Amino acid sequence: MKYQAKKKAVILLADGTIFHGKAVGDKEGTAFGEVCFNTGMTGYQEIFTDPSYFGQLMVTTNAHIGNYGTNSDEVESDSVKISGLICRNFSYEYSRTVADKSLKQFLDENDIFAISDVDTRALVSYIRDQGAMNAVITTDIDNLEALKKKLSEVPSMEGLELASKVSTTDPYFFGEENSTYKIAALDIGIKMNILRNLAKRGAYIKVFPYNSSFEDMEVFAPDAYFISNGPGDPEPLSDAIAAAKKMISSGKPVFGICLGHQIIALANGVSTYKMHNGHRGINHPVMNLRTGKGEITSQNHGFAVNREETEANTDLEITHVHLNDKTVAGIRMKDKDVFSVQYHPEASAGPHDAEYLFDQFFDVIKSKSSQAV
Amino acid sequence: MPKREDLKSILIIGSGPIIIGQACEFDYAGSQSLRSLREDGVETILINSNPATIMTDPTMADHVYLKPLTTKSIVEILKAHPQIDAVLPTMGGQTALNLCIQADEKGIWEDFGVEIIGVDIDAINITEDREKFRELMLKIGIGMAPQATATSFLKGKEIAQEFGFPLVIRASYTLGGDGASIVYKPEEFDEMLSRGLEISPIHEVMIDKALIGWKEYELELLRDRNDNVVIICAIENMDPMGIHTGDSITVAPAMTLSDRTYQKMRDMAIHMMRSIGDFAGGCNVQFAVSPDENEDIIAIEINPRVSRSSALASKATGYPIAKIASKLAIGYHLDELDNQITKSTSALFEPALDYVIVKIPRWNFDKFEGSDRTLGLQMKSVGEVMGIGRSFQEALHKATQSLEIKRNGLGADGKGYKDYDQIISKLTIPSWDRVFVIYDAIQLGIPLSRIHEITKIDMWFLKQYEELHYLEKEISTYTIATITRELMLEAKQKGFADRQIAHMLDCYESEVHKKRTLEMDINRVYKLVDTCAAEFKAMTPYYYSTFEAEIEKPDGTRYVENDSIVTDKKKVVVLGSGPNRIGQGIEFDYCCVHGVLAAAECGYETIMINCNPETVSTDFDTADKLYFEPVFWEHIYDIILHEKPEGVIVQLGGQTALKLAEKLDKYGIKIIGTSFQSLDLAEDRGSFSELLKANDIPFPEFGVAETADEALALADKLDFPLLVRPSYVLGGQGMKIVINKTELEEHVVDLLRKIPNNKLLLDHYLDGAIEAEADAICDGKDVYIIGIMEHIEPCGIHSGDSNATLPPFNLGEFVLQQIKDHTNKIALALNTVGLINIQFAIKDDIVYIIEANPRASRTVPFIAKAYGEPYVNYATKVMLGEKKVKDFDFNPQLEGFAIKQPVFSFNKFPNVNKNLGPEMKSTGESILFIDNLKDDQFYDLYGRRKMYLSK
Repeated sequence: MKYQAKKKAVILLADGTIFHGKAVGDKEGTAFGEVCFNTGMTGYQEIFTDPSYFGQLMVTTNAHIGNYGTNSDEVESDSVKISGLICRNFSYEYSRTVADKSLKQFLDENDIFAISDVDTRALVSYIRDQGAMNAVITTDIDNLEALKKKLSEVPSMEGLELASKVSTTDPYFFGEENSTYKIAALDIGIKMNILRNLAKRGAYIKVFPYNSSFEDMEVFAPDAYFISNGPGDPEPLSDAIAAAKKMISSGKPVFGICLGHQIIALANGVSTYKMHNGHRGINHPVMNLRTGKGEITSQNHGFAVNREETEANTDLEITHVHLNDKTVAGIRMKDKDVFSVQYHPEASAGPHDAEYLFDQFFDVIKSKSSQAV
Repeated sequence: MPKREDLKSILIIGSGPIIIGQACEFDYAGSQSLRSLREDGVETILINSNPATIMTDPTMADHVYLKPLTTKSIVEILKAHPQIDAVLPTMGGQTALNLCIQADEKGIWEDFGVEIIGVDIDAINITEDREKFRELMLKIGIGMAPQATATSFLKGKEIAQEFGFPLVIRASYTLGGDGASIVYKPEEFDEMLSRGLEISPIHEVMIDKALIGWKEYELELLRDRNDNVVIICAIENMDPMGIHTGDSITVAPAMTLSDRTYQKMRDMAIHMMRSIGDFAGGCNVQFAVSPDENEDIIAIEINPRVSRSSALASKATGYPIAKIASKLAIGYHLDELDNQITKSTSALFEPALDYVIVKIPRWNFDKFEGSDRTLGLQMKSVGEVMGIGRSFQEALHKATQSLEIKRNGLGADGKGYKDYDQIISKLTIPSWDRVFVIYDAIQLGIPLSRIHEITKIDMWFLKQYEELHYLEKEISTYTIATITRELMLEAKQKGFADRQIAHMLDCYESEVHKKRTLEMDINRVYKLVDTCAAEFKAMTPYYYSTFEAEIEKPDGTRYVENDSIVTDKKKVVVLGSGPNRIGQGIEFDYCCVHGVLAAAECGYETIMINCNPETVSTDFDTADKLYFEPVFWEHIYDIILHEKPEGVIVQLGGQTALKLAEKLDKYGIKIIGTSFQSLDLAEDRGSFSELLKANDIPFPEFGVAETADEALALADKLDFPLLVRPSYVLGGQGMKIVINKTELEEHVVDLLRKIPNNKLLLDHYLDGAIEAEADAICDGKDVYIIGIMEHIEPCGIHSGDSNATLPPFNLGEFVLQQIKDHTNKIALALNTVGLINIQFAIKDDIVYIIEANPRASRTVPFIAKAYGEPYVNYATKVMLGEKKVKDFDFNPQLEGFAIKQPVFSFNKFPNVNKNLGPEMKSTGESILFIDNLKDDQFYDLYGRRKMYLSK
């Protein structure tokens, strides 16, 4: 690409610190959100379309972003969910036979503002030490005072309910109608690859909006329930927590991922908290305490389940633990077929080490339904 | 499960002498492994015949055996140490594995009750036997290229008939692609097939349908006994299939792989590793990916051991593979170990990079006259460099700047090719310079699509090149007075050297440096290699430089974040020796590492600068601070400005470090030890011979010529035979003995064409003389000769290619005394502070001086090993002024003789002239201890001397 001077842009953090960079393309723009970073070296398209990232200004730590363009087949939802992108080197031109667009086109079509040439490493270290915070990225550098004021009005992620912004408004179906099993999935920000994984194993899935009641879902007569991943703080999701309680008492298998895992914990009376810094990357080590084996997992969460309360809860067992900070990575209910993980067995982006959890879910469903017969 | 308590004593097998395909990466692996095992209280016993290694230092293992790598030596060691519980053969490359298998076949391990750890012999057999490997892969559903085995010439022909061309022929059980070739045309097939069959020890070749142009990747894996597997690094070869990975430009992390394809590849790699056998340790898997919409993945090979790529992957990620692999071999699980960089997170994880590394191989074709310089399936490079940057472009530039081939990076030095046909031909037939030619092609306006069509290099890389080209064009429209800060910053971020920018702006390098630092405040900052992209705090001092945008605090102060915090301790910089090449190999890395350790003992904070990923010096455990940077003026100067050390040690890093002395001196930076003036004096034949004359020391008559006419006139005065060579060269490059005027004229014309503006030295060649050399330590007042060696080959064979005997075997007292006297006098006359090496020619009992080098020489590690004394340590303390020669209690121990034997890699260059001469050709060395001169091996060597003399 011919040399092209780029517009100056900045990231203004809520504490007043400014990181300098340049606008991607000749766009002008401004975007607000909570700054978070992802250390994945592949899978930017999956990450940007992951509903759990709703409302986040994403810092990609990989040195280059956009190298292989985008492919309409490799999305995790129907649109880009991050509120803005911050990177070091942006690849305007890409190379991949199956790609249909450049990342630039893809972001433009989704009206997402991006800035590049930022010292992302310094930014990540800063966030690592100071904790996650809100920020604005903008080309409007002459107007920073006004933006600062506006930024102070952006609510903190803590206590923020975001599932409603990314959930489907109407129920829909996924998979083959004549599949062996039926699963009712509560969409509080579901990733497409979860549905692909469930369907692949022989399930017909009905996806329900975030505020659906258990009774709404029960009508589908599912063999099992699933509670999805999603963005924001789990505690304000009272409808989901109430539904989860009833799913648990229904005696049917229940599987939760990420935000869904937190909902299951909350339904068991275990609280959640906002982490100093979340886990966001595709190289997170988790120990499966039941098998003693490690797995490399894809993670994306800013809240976590309280460890002491989980340990004290006689109904619950910690099945997985994050090896770096010993946070709770997975739980199960001792006397029920209810289990959940904080990370993403559906990967996309990330390694497939934890895919066995879907198999485990289907094993339970299978044995349950054979009992019923 | 934690460490196995039943493994108390472990034998490690080293990789022996350096040859093409097996270089000092195994010294790095072996040293790490020894340290790792000792940390756990395991007794270590090492066998390796290469004296120039750190791993064979007496402090590295409990028992070090500098013995030939044979089963006979193994038996001797096992008899002497019945306590050995296990052997770890995965740290010494293919050599160690082969020796381990041999010993296994002979039942030696079983006889002595020794368990093989870190690998599974069946796994090796599967991976080495291409037929078995193929069967297994098909069984587990991993795709392979169409392939068949031939054990006879006839069978080979049949296969070719069936597959059609192009084809790949690979010989079974060989190293570094020995005997492998791509055959494009049927008429080339017969020769290649015979060669492959000949080279294979089991007379077997595999013939594959060639996947030319497919993208090539390597994954580095670690597995523990609990079957946990992690991928440490994914490496992408910029040069696609068709060029040996050791000869390919490689990049990490993978640049052009989508998550979907990468994860598929990851699954396959793990599945493959688990399928070949049950072992805990490292493993390397190579894949090819079709560049079309299918993105088909095909397995090429799997190596169940630590490899060259694992050294690269360790340096690229900061994750010390050999160190961890050793712990896994003794029973640890990954989750029981710490990430060695963060010390706070788990070793069971996969590193995330927030930078890019580019590795470029270093070739030495000029040393192998008549060799085929085309890159292909057989590895031909002798070393490698790695560049680290915050973008591919910066890393690529740094790697090209590290090569020491008189280029400043890509373009902007007036050295590019401009001829269309030449460029097309150089793109088509890849050789050492293709990385530069791509840039030339773009500058000439050859479309990227055409370059891609010829080279099959992924378009993403080519577009990165193109961006550099457009940036250069843009900058060229400015002058030093008009260039903007923004543009300057971008140029620096994309890795252009000040020198290149000066070329574009038509000004001096110093003006660019001044403008960017003083006026524009564009300074290098240093970032950490931390395995985790800053997600966790890391303590390990492993740095690379880059340029970054500013950060503004709420109070308005602006800064650029620098991870490298300067301490107030007194510091010393040790300059490394850059890429391995003939004439400058692992010996200098040995010296640098010892220099670092000695300086640390003296209370200095030590700072290592080097760019060779294979070495121990670039292990982040070696120096207090490692700057993985090109040994290139601009980078060194910026580090010095940042760290403000007391001085710089240049005499340990070979010619690479030494030649920076002049500039350091010019910029008023203190050179530790012998001063630049002395170094220069020794190098300048005119002044040096004045010095010899003044000290009454004989030297062969010589003269200096700048033209062929002058050379011919000199010849009349000096008499033939003459030794002709350019000044300031390495390993006798361009050196030749000529016997008449025709030869002289040819050689002079040739040299002046290759190295214009160089002065040529003509020496009268002392025909039939004996050659000897001495190494000494001098503090300016006293001299201690650490060793005198007599070469078995006569004068005229490069000292690096000669068998050197320590101590001399047939020099009389009178001659030895002259050697000692001359050494003393010269060392003092040169005001040497540190090491000096002097080479002598002895004829008719008169000792002549050939040359003196006031620096660490190739032979210092050999002498240190033979005598069991830490000479580099001593010399460094002398350089630093911490100690005087008299302070040391020298106590060399050697019964009999030690012989330094050169090792060659000629089998990689079938058509090359194998005759030895003044130009060095050996790639490595081994040490041989003999009790007395009646030893058969000595007889053999000595017998060869006659052959040279009769020529």
